[in-house]
Amino acid sequence: MIEVKGLSKSFGDNHVLKNVNLLFEQGVPNLIIGASGSGKTTLVKCIVGLHEPDVGTISYDGRIFNQMNNSERKSIRKEIGFLFQGSALFDSMSVEENVMFPLRMFSHSTLKEMKSRVEYCLERVDLAGTNSLMPSELSGGMKKRVGIARAISFNPKYLFCDEPNSGLDPHTALTIDRLIDDITRESGITTIVITHDMNSVLEIGERLSFIYQGDLLWKGSNKEILRTDCTELTDFIYASEYMKEVRRHLISE
Amino acid sequence: MKILYHIGHYALFLKKSFEKPERRSVYWKLFIDEIVKLGIGSIGIIIIISGFMGMVITIQTASQIDGNFIPDYLVGWTTRQSVILEFSTTMLALILAGKIGSNVASEIGTMRVTEQIDALEIMGINSAGYLVIPKIYAFMIIMPFLVVISMFTGIYFGYLICELTGIISPSQYLFGLQYDFRPFDVSYAFIKSIVFAFVISSVSSYHGYFVGGGALEVGKASTRAVVYSSIVVLVMNYLITQMLLI
Repeated sequence: MIEVKGLSKSFGDNHVLKNVNLLFEQGVPNLIIGASGSGKTTLVKCIVGLHEPDVGTISYDGRIFNQMNNSERKSIRKEIGFLFQGSALFDSMSVEENVMFPLRMFSHSTLKEMKSRVEYCLERVDLAGTNSLMPSELSGGMKKRVGIARAISFNPKYLFCDEPNSGLDPHTALTIDRLIDDITRESGITTIVITHDMNSVLEIGERLSFIYQGDLLWKGSNKEILRTDCTELTDFIYASEYMKEVRRHLISE
Repeated sequence: MKILYHIGHYALFLKKSFEKPERRSVYWKLFIDEIVKLGIGSIGIIIIISGFMGMVITIQTASQIDGNFIPDYLVGWTTRQSVILEFSTTMLALILAGKIGSNVASEIGTMRVTEQIDALEIMGINSAGYLVIPKIYAFMIIMPFLVVISMFTGIYFGYLICELTGIISPSQYLFGLQYDFRPFDVSYAFIKSIVFAFVISSVSSYHGYFVGGGALEVGKASTRAVVYSSIVVLVMNYLITQMLLI
């Protein structure tokens, strides 16, 4: 479980996050939604320590992360898996080396054990047999899946996914969403997904948080979101004229 | 004021880089890879440049001492001194600042803009240490070997030009090479080369590591890395020469 209390972050005069309070529970994907530039990525970067918040606290199962020194933070970071928007695979390493990387750095397993873990992770993301491929030889969807395999290779307690299906076709995007959902439920980990993809929201959005211009405006589920009264959220969901028409039908029903 | 900011920032960057590594065996493998990439990968260009420079120094010196008062063997002496004291250290460092400096800055800069460095940080890895330290150590270890290759190539090609053109007799050239030889000159060259290797690898890494933005900024950082590495190499050359030779 990750808890964010009173989090604010500014870059100069630009107030990106304003007093955000959120609780991310384990065993179910927690989706943060919002338009581009609303502060979603900054929020997650604050949570993992890539940005320092101006005020507020971030706690991982009661351990207050932003009051820790560097070495204390390292112990928590080893429990974190992160899937980047652009996958952030290491260009100079093969798929196998990428997935094995956290194990090589931190585990005390033998090479055989590490290889076996890599095989499991690649099978889990349906990429068995791609061990020797380089990132430049992979499609966008495959890169995301290798990113997930790397993120879960060291059995993380916390999984962060920054727009995991951006740039993917709807079918591949749903595959990635289901994969994240399955891994979260099977392993009982705390997963935070940043997205502005409505397919993801409807597919795995049991717990949704809507960020608008740095404020947390709405919390709910995929069952509630379509009939919400929050104007900013409806503008976000029903952006096109066609979707506005769909909403009118939904409400009239 | 901006230069003071960069000096302080560079010092903090080095401090972070030299923190205790997470897993020494992984760093060792990276160190070997960097030796191959930075060192072995530069041998070809070093041989070409050193060879031509050795020939040119020999021809220029011989053409300047066309008279009865200055002995021919001074051509060999001058070539040796020029190559050992300055060409195979400072000139070579400036050339490698261009080749290796831009390579290191663009490699690390690309990792920054594609979030690979963020990925390392989130995993709890000291990204500065992981990316920079193997490069610094590898280049500091391999640079003296590159300098030796450059020295031998430059001097040998000077000899070859005497053989081929007869501008002076090869025996005079060889005599000049051995005349008034001071072993300390070679030590001075090695000290300089190790310092230059540190400067080139660390300054270039610094410029790559703090890139912000996209591909355009990576290109700019790569240019900055070459310019600042070259300037610092020249400043260090003056300081070391002042300290060791006077």
